Amino acid sequence: MNTTTENNSALFEYLLRLGDTSLILGHRLAEWCGHAPILEEDIALTNISLDHIGQARLLLDYAGKIEGKGRSEDALAYHRDARQFRNLLMAEQPNGDFGNTMVRQFLISVYNFHLYSALSKSADAELAAIAAKSVKEVAYHVRHSSDWLIRLGDGTAESHERVQQSINDLWIYVDDFFNGDEVDAMLVSQNIAPELNAIRPLWNETVQLTMVKAGLQIPQVNSAMRTGSRKGNHTEYLGYILAEMQFLPRAYPDAEWL
Amino acid sequence: MIATDTERELEFQAKIDRGEVIEPKDWMPERYRKQLIRMMSQHAHSEVVGMLPEGNWITRAPSLARKAILLAKVQDEGGHGLYIYSAAETLGIDRGEMIDQLHTGKAKYSSIFNYPTLNWADIGAIGWLVDGAAIVNQTALAKCSYGPYSRAMIRICKEENFHHKQGYQMLAYMMRGTKEQQEMAQDAMNRFWWPALMMFGPSDTDSPNSAELMRWKVKLYSNDELRQRFIDRTVPQAEAIGLKIPDPKLKYNETTRHYEHGEIDWQEFKNVVNGNGPCNRERLRARVKADADGKWVRDAAEAYAKKHMN
Ligand SMILES: [Fe+2]
Ligand SMILES: [Fe+2]
Ligand SMILES: [Fe+2]
Repeated sequence: MNTTTENNSALFEYLLRLGDTSLILGHRLAEWCGHAPILEEDIALTNISLDHIGQARLLLDYAGKIEGKGRSEDALAYHRDARQFRNLLMAEQPNGDFGNTMVRQFLISVYNFHLYSALSKSADAELAAIAAKSVKEVAYHVRHSSDWLIRLGDGTAESHERVQQSINDLWIYVDDFFNGDEVDAMLVSQNIAPELNAIRPLWNETVQLTMVKAGLQIPQVNSAMRTGSRKGNHTEYLGYILAEMQFLPRAYPDAEWL
Repeated sequence: MIATDTERELEFQAKIDRGEVIEPKDWMPERYRKQLIRMMSQHAHSEVVGMLPEGNWITRAPSLARKAILLAKVQDEGGHGLYIYSAAETLGIDRGEMIDQLHTGKAKYSSIFNYPTLNWADIGAIGWLVDGAAIVNQTALAKCSYGPYSRAMIRICKEENFHHKQGYQMLAYMMRGTKEQQEMAQDAMNRFWWPALMMFGPSDTDSPNSAELMRWKVKLYSNDELRQRFIDRTVPQAEAIGLKIPDPKLKYNETTRHYEHGEIDWQEFKNVVNGNGPCNRERLRARVKADADGKWVRDAAEAYAKKHMN
């Protein structure tokens, strides 16, 4: 195998990881539509979902071009099975209550923020451009979700207890963010992707800052940490998401939808 | 000298007859205020309840481009709701009270949203027919006598036009697609055509509030006039993409230059308005549940705001 092919397949994998995380998280947020605690949040959640779908489109479109087999954003979104998806495990976790959705959003958005900030200086110009565009949207996602974490953490006894429980529940998917493999290593060596070891302290610091303001505790690290997204080892939830998301293109393979 | 209510009312009517706009601080008859609250809150509720049947398909949109378009549309509708609630608040009622009226069944919302979205083409049909009917209504309301309502309509109509176009394009594309896609589109047309006509409300002969509302220029055209306007502009659009109108009596009258249509099933209309449509129970329960499930969140936000007032 020559180096260009190897580079391209590493970049393809990497783009799927970013694109799939946006796609699946965008899907989860869309499930809220019309059911949020207040109208302003119906609008905000739809807006954030739309940002994620927009990012997913750019990333998957570019992934298809890098792969060079003529697969479009839709071919990648609608015609892969769960084992081929590379989204973070956290992204596919169910919405739970509004606080749980905000915790999930916060933990991923802080990760995306530091990752995309670094990627906006990527040696790959196209990825750098996508990251630079996305990071502005992500900054708003961080702001919106951390504002809610603070309100809920420092709101009523009930809200404090609920949101702390969500943090405890979701924390086992945090290591998955930083569990890099040979794909990361290869792209790091070419200055296309940042070192995950450098992202982790930044993530810790931002998360810590909000947690303190919210009066919430970071859970003790335990042995239950779940990883595997980079190899397509998902939780059981992803299959159901795909069954719903992919239904029409799968049921009518000859149809085009515009 | 203090004017009596009758004098004020005459003055108010004269103002309207001169084509002047009524603003929140102006004197208005209590009944004018009540009627506007009824209409505006009903309109705001419709925007919000309307998010449910469309939101139903976001997770199943068959392409990412269409998913993004639908998300953007639903987000717009939520924004319309917010904007119209604010406009209604200028009449001295707050949003919470209006929402309570919705949840207790005292306030209505457009009957169209009590129909289910059963296939993907329904999303196109809603954009094209439902937003299309809304545009006809709202373009008229943009000239109504109450300033905040009229301005809200002007702003909202721009977005509704965009939704209308996107819905039509979606169906047009499906009609050029596979046989199954064409069947989906026609099925959506068959189910949404009559309910879309009912969006204009009862026939003029059976419209209790009409005369008063027209005198106050809250309504500028009758229900039947607006319905006719919608039919006249929509039938050629349907024909252009090969969709059949599910009305065997529909025909163009060369003399009047209008389409004539078959009898609307007013019994069905009454059923849906009175809470017995296919999805009335689901829609209302979904809204009540969202409100109840979100109470702890709103309580927390309020408690937080109180703690950090300074
Ligand atoms: Fe609207
Ligand atoms: Fe509307
Ligand atoms: Fe609309």
